[in-house]
Amino acid sequence: MIKKCLYVNRRAPYGTSYALEAIDAVLIGAAFDQDISLLFIDDGVFQLKRDQDTTDVEIKNFSPAYRAFDMYDVEKLYVSEEAMAARGLKKRDLVVDVEVLSDSTIRDLMDEHDVIFTF
Amino acid sequence: MSILHTVNKSPFEKNNLESCLRYAKAGSAVLLIEDGIYAALTGTTFEAKVMTAMEALDFYCLAPDMKARGFTSTKMIDGIKLVDYAGFVDLTLEYDKVQAWL
Repeated sequence: MIKKCLYVNRRAPYGTSYALEAIDAVLIGAAFDQDISLLFIDDGVFQLKRDQDTTDVEIKNFSPAYRAFDMYDVEKLYVSEEAMAARGLKKRDLVVDVEVLSDSTIRDLMDEHDVIFTF
Repeated sequence: MSILHTVNKSPFEKNNLESCLRYAKAGSAVLLIEDGIYAALTGTTFEAKVMTAMEALDFYCLAPDMKARGFTSTKMIDGIKLVDYAGFVDLTLEYDKVQAWL
C-alpha cells in the first residue's frame, strides 16, 4: 500500500547532521515507491539556499541533491512563507522551485498525510 | 579584561546569541561561527537586535561558514567584519580570553 509520507525539515544544514539524514531517508522512501512530499519550516528553509559552497569548511555540499529529487519522482517541495520571511529569504534565493505555503495551509498539509517524519 | 565570545548556534533555534548579548560587556567582541552566522544576515527578525548590540560590541563572522551556507557579505549587516580561519586565530590572541557559547 502506498502511503502519503511527509518529510518535515526544520534544521539548518551543516551545523547538525539532520538535513543530510533527511535526504537519505527521502531517497530510501522513494526507492520503496512511497508518495513523498518534503516540507521546509523553521531553519529548514536554509537547506535550500542557493550558492552553498563548502570548499573551505571541508564538508560535502549536499544541496545539489535537492535538484536531483525529481529524478526519483520526489516533486512536491513546500516551504513556509513565515519561515522565509523571518529569515529574509525570497523564493529566488532557493536552489529549487518550491511551493510557498502559509502556516495555516501547512497545518492542512500535515493533516492530509498518513505518515510524518521530522528532521 | 576583554572577551571574545563565539556563538555557533542559529539564533532562530537556540538562545545562545541572546544569552551572549545579555552578558557581554562593552568593548568585548562576538564572533559568529557555524550556524551562528545566520545572525549576521540582513532582513531577518534578529537584524535589529544585532545592530543594537553592535553599538557596544565588535562583531565578526567566519567567512568559510558563511560561504558554506550560501551567503556573501552582500547579505551581511554593515559593520560586521568577515574573518577567515587565520583571522579567527588572531582574534583569540587579541582578546584576553574566549568564551564559547555552546
